[in-house]
Amino acid sequence: MNRRARKIGNQIFRHVVLSTAAVVMLFPLLWLIMSAFKPDSMIFSHPLALPEKLDFSAFVNGWTELRVSFTTFYKNSFIIAGLAVVGNLMACSLTAFAFARLKFWGRSVWFALMLGTLMLPYHVTLVPQYIMFLKLGWVGSYLPLIVPKFLAVDAFFIFLMVQFFRGIPREIDEAATMDGCGPWRIYWKIMLPLSTPVLATAAIFSFIWTYDDFLGPLIYLNDPRKFTVPLALRAFVDGSGGESLYGELFAMSTLSLVPVFIVFLAFQRLIIRGVALGALKR
Amino acid sequence: MADLQLKKVVKRFGAAEVIHGIDLEIADGEFVVFVGPSGCGKSTLLRMIAGLEEISDGEILIDGEVMNNVSAAKRGLSMVFQSYALYPHMSVRKNLAFGLETMKVPKAQINELVSNAAEILQINELLDRKPGQLSGGQRQRVAIGRAIVREPRIFLFDEPLSNLDAELRMQMRVEINRLHRRLGATMIFVTHDQVEAMTLADRMVVLRKGVVEQVGSPLDLYNHPANMFVAGFIGSPRMNFLKGRVGEVDGRQATLELDVGRKVQTTFAEPPRPGQPITLGVRPEDLIAAAPDEALLSGEAQITEQLGGETYVYISLSDGSMITVEIKGQAGVKAGERLDLAIADGKFHVFGEDEAVIHHG
Repeated sequence: MNRRARKIGNQIFRHVVLSTAAVVMLFPLLWLIMSAFKPDSMIFSHPLALPEKLDFSAFVNGWTELRVSFTTFYKNSFIIAGLAVVGNLMACSLTAFAFARLKFWGRSVWFALMLGTLMLPYHVTLVPQYIMFLKLGWVGSYLPLIVPKFLAVDAFFIFLMVQFFRGIPREIDEAATMDGCGPWRIYWKIMLPLSTPVLATAAIFSFIWTYDDFLGPLIYLNDPRKFTVPLALRAFVDGSGGESLYGELFAMSTLSLVPVFIVFLAFQRLIIRGVALGALKR
Repeated sequence: MADLQLKKVVKRFGAAEVIHGIDLEIADGEFVVFVGPSGCGKSTLLRMIAGLEEISDGEILIDGEVMNNVSAAKRGLSMVFQSYALYPHMSVRKNLAFGLETMKVPKAQINELVSNAAEILQINELLDRKPGQLSGGQRQRVAIGRAIVREPRIFLFDEPLSNLDAELRMQMRVEINRLHRRLGATMIFVTHDQVEAMTLADRMVVLRKGVVEQVGSPLDLYNHPANMFVAGFIGSPRMNFLKGRVGEVDGRQATLELDVGRKVQTTFAEPPRPGQPITLGVRPEDLIAAAPDEALLSGEAQITEQLGGETYVYISLSDGSMITVEIKGQAGVKAGERLDLAIADGKFHVFGEDEAVIHHG
């Protein structure tokens, strides 16, 4: 009896700890969503109070409150994130294919060098990069945010894909070679279709990281009509001491989470399908 | 359909030479089996012919044309891999058609070739399945089908049956044999299994450590092995080897004195040197029961294996070495029983110090 009681006590303790941790982690998100539905006056005067009624006015106003509407910001964000995904998938998979399967001079040195760039913080290269893009006349356009993605600069994804490609049996490539395929056709017809799990992973993270990116757009974009969602959100807060629109900020922030969720859910399925496909190859 | 010539073919991986200058000619329509223990270089040699490995030195010619710098894709060969290497994301039909699509063969012709191959291999009802939904034997058929559709000049098989269970392996062996007769194509087959080699080959190439030990028809190799390695490798159970030396020599007549057992008289093609160490090789089926006073060897039965059609008896001789005897039918030999043995019809081989044969019985 005593033992049983102790077991129950143990379980209660464990649940309390886990629940507390969950609440602590989720609290900012919950507070954000809750505040989005409250009138501005209540957000800071009653920060923990539940909204009295579901007030959608912040969503309606927020969408058009700024000089440029959020329709444009979302469009901009999707263009940049979409192109970044396409660029990363194409460029990184090609590079990874070369590292995993082709023989060329200094391959291991280049590979090590590429991995070395993983250690390099973004901020270290920021200034030289800015100067370079400035000289190219690209500052103020999307080019600095998009073009590098087509040049396989994300070493992490390359590394991920190299590992995955190496796991695909070489005999399959060789069979394709005997079937008359050159490297290009092997990459396109054999490697890519067999790599959906890693491609999906790279796509998800590319999208989320680009969509969430604040620093890049902040540095390279100066025309509000070209702003991305994170930049636009900042515009609700007036840093110069004027009135900040917190209700609208929280409402739009809440909305900005939706695409991330959708992308994750959509591509997560692909990951699962990819794993199932992997199981087919013996 | 084509013939193939290897001229002093060498393969090096870095500093290590694994194929040491192989010369070989394979005629049009021939079924040649490369056989040897693992690590003998047989697969490497096949891959060099296929174009999947570079040729470090020497030449490979197909139909008289040097292939050294021709890419695998352009050599017009097909290869069946040990792991089948089917494309997991494509249906069986796609797997068969892929090579033809790559060669830009017209669609109608592809369909015809695919259904033809499917017909030959009886995989019609599998065409819309994915490789993952097939059994091992079915995958093997598809892999062979993929080789057939391209109507290659030469078929290459890299241990294609080693992943199958015994029964299926036998069945596929028969089918490959039938396929060879039906297509009349040149085929090169790599295996470490000498039974597979014996049953399939027109000619066998026995390899060891990157060197060709002997080339010949299966029975030629069985009856006239060039050296102890080939003698021991071909035939199951393996040949018994008994150490000894040459005793008295009288012209081409000589007496062989075995370390264990009595003396053997035989006639050599060339007179041996008296006292020369030799090894006498005798196949398990050539050892027969004899009267004690006529017996060459005698020993004690240790283990008996009953296979129904024949019986293998493992016998320990007085010096502790073991020999194998094959007896037709079901012999009731018990462990511990003493057996007296002689060699049937002088059927034995004599090998010299360098392991090369000096006499065939």
